[in-house]
Amino acid sequence: MTTMTVPAPAPAKRVGLSAGFRQTMTLTWRSLVQIKHNPMELLDLSVQPVMFLLLFTYVFGGAIAGSTEDYLQFALPGLVVQNALFATLTTAIGLNTDITKGVFDRLRSLPIARTAPLAGRIIADTAKQLWALFLFLGIGTILGFRIQTGVAGVLGAVALLLAFALAMSWMSVLIGLKAKDPEKVQIFAFSLMMPLTFTSNAFVPTDTMPGWLQVWVDVNPVTQLADAVRGLLIGGEVAGPAISSLLWAAALAVVFAPLAIRAFRSRT
Amino acid sequence: MRYAIQAEGLVKRYGETRALDGVDLLVPQGRLLGVLGPNGAGKTTAVRILATLLRPDGGTASVGGFDVARQAHQVRSLIGLTGQYAGVDETLTGVENLVMIGRLLELSRADARARAAELLERFELTHAGGRAAKTYSGGMRRRLDLAASLVGRPQVLFLDEPTTGLDPRSRTELWSVVRDLMADGVTVLLTTQYLEEADQLADDIVVFDHGRVIASGTSDELKATTGAQVLEVRPLRPDHLDLVVQVVADVIAEVPTVTGGKAVASVRDPAVVPAIVRRLDDLGVVASELSLRKSSLDEVFLALTGHPAEDRQADAKEEVFA
Repeated sequence: MTTMTVPAPAPAKRVGLSAGFRQTMTLTWRSLVQIKHNPMELLDLSVQPVMFLLLFTYVFGGAIAGSTEDYLQFALPGLVVQNALFATLTTAIGLNTDITKGVFDRLRSLPIARTAPLAGRIIADTAKQLWALFLFLGIGTILGFRIQTGVAGVLGAVALLLAFALAMSWMSVLIGLKAKDPEKVQIFAFSLMMPLTFTSNAFVPTDTMPGWLQVWVDVNPVTQLADAVRGLLIGGEVAGPAISSLLWAAALAVVFAPLAIRAFRSRT
Repeated sequence: MRYAIQAEGLVKRYGETRALDGVDLLVPQGRLLGVLGPNGAGKTTAVRILATLLRPDGGTASVGGFDVARQAHQVRSLIGLTGQYAGVDETLTGVENLVMIGRLLELSRADARARAAELLERFELTHAGGRAAKTYSGGMRRRLDLAASLVGRPQVLFLDEPTTGLDPRSRTELWSVVRDLMADGVTVLLTTQYLEEADQLADDIVVFDHGRVIASGTSDELKATTGAQVLEVRPLRPDHLDLVVQVVADVIAEVPTVTGGKAVASVRDPAVVPAIVRRLDDLGVVASELSLRKSSLDEVFLALTGHPAEDRQADAKEEVFA
């Protein structure tokens, strides 16, 4: 450690763009590398999608749609949407864990791009989203789900889901920064996401719901997104619900991005 | 003299409470400043401001000549920070934690690995390098955290209660690491609740209480500033204790306290000693022990703040991590 006394060159004033990118990638690696020695993590990511898929199809399927095959065809896009929304909260939980464990402070005390910790985490979480989507489509196909469109439709559905999830992750970042501890994030997530995803047409046709509920169900972004993903995977109207979904995504980003950035700055 | 850390009039408010209420600090290059104070005195707030994690509401501070608010990025490239809670990613291995920091600091992959191995070796963690940090003991985690703050070879190191909650052995180990760093010329600001720690390591000590610096100086200076030295007299015959108390009270015009068969009093004027000896001699009282010593830092702290320094309760809670 004799090198300690060597005077360091004058420090740079800010982080260059390419350095910022490399730092973001390092932090993405950091969020994903855990999976390598803890394959259980991947299982954690997968258990919920698979369980929901099986439970909904075989428990509710017959009762709701008359046959499990028909129900699967209807509900898989809805389940994909629900899972994507829940998954955005992994960002909040990860961020909050970093804050409570002191990792966040350590990163902020380093001469790195201010956005790298956030961006790295979101990129890693997007990769996890992709994995869950892949799993849904794979297992769904084994169970009898049939994509009726084509590659373009599937790619469109993936792109739409990721765009929406990215907008939602601003809210997630805000929650992660504000919550006292990761358990609080879980509780909040559950009490927000459950009603949000269930008051939609993701799992059931809405015509037996009371009128006042249908008013909400029709504007609920989950309904719009589920419809758009249905259209993109099994055919049907795409443009209308897709545009509504994107408008919702834009609205979420407009509201939550500034709030999240302010919360992030006030910690900086 | 060049100062590695300079702070003037730092103020930080949280609602009504003033976590910092006008704090000045000066640390010359290569010295270790011990910031001593109980929980909630503002030590951590000061460290967070100096380490660019928190903006002050008032006052200015610079580290290595760079302003912590306006030139935060430059400050960050000079400093290392080890917080109260070990800032390591528990799901990553020891090696990965250090490689991650190295990569973030723009080391090549090979250099980051080499640096990680070097630091693990130095902190006796090589055997555990491949294990997830969550399997580490409290002492190991703290060492890994310190290693992480050294990856970038910082010129200024902030150690925020680095030994809180550690067992005595881990504590002594950490002290020796800090001494090595001092030998390398690193400037250190160390906060602690332990008087002994400040006494052992610090060149200079400042005492914080309620967001203010209430005393500063070297350990010896502080022991002298309360003015008092401690006089202890133990009579050979225990039944003479009352006489001793009487004599001391007469000479210093203050009743001494009696503990463990001794009369103990704080005195300002060393000339009282011969006077006491003469009076005792006249009365035929033989003292088996008669001493005048400097106050311990504990006594200084108590005299300065009116309450003891160490928060035993907080310790008991922290001990879980050890």
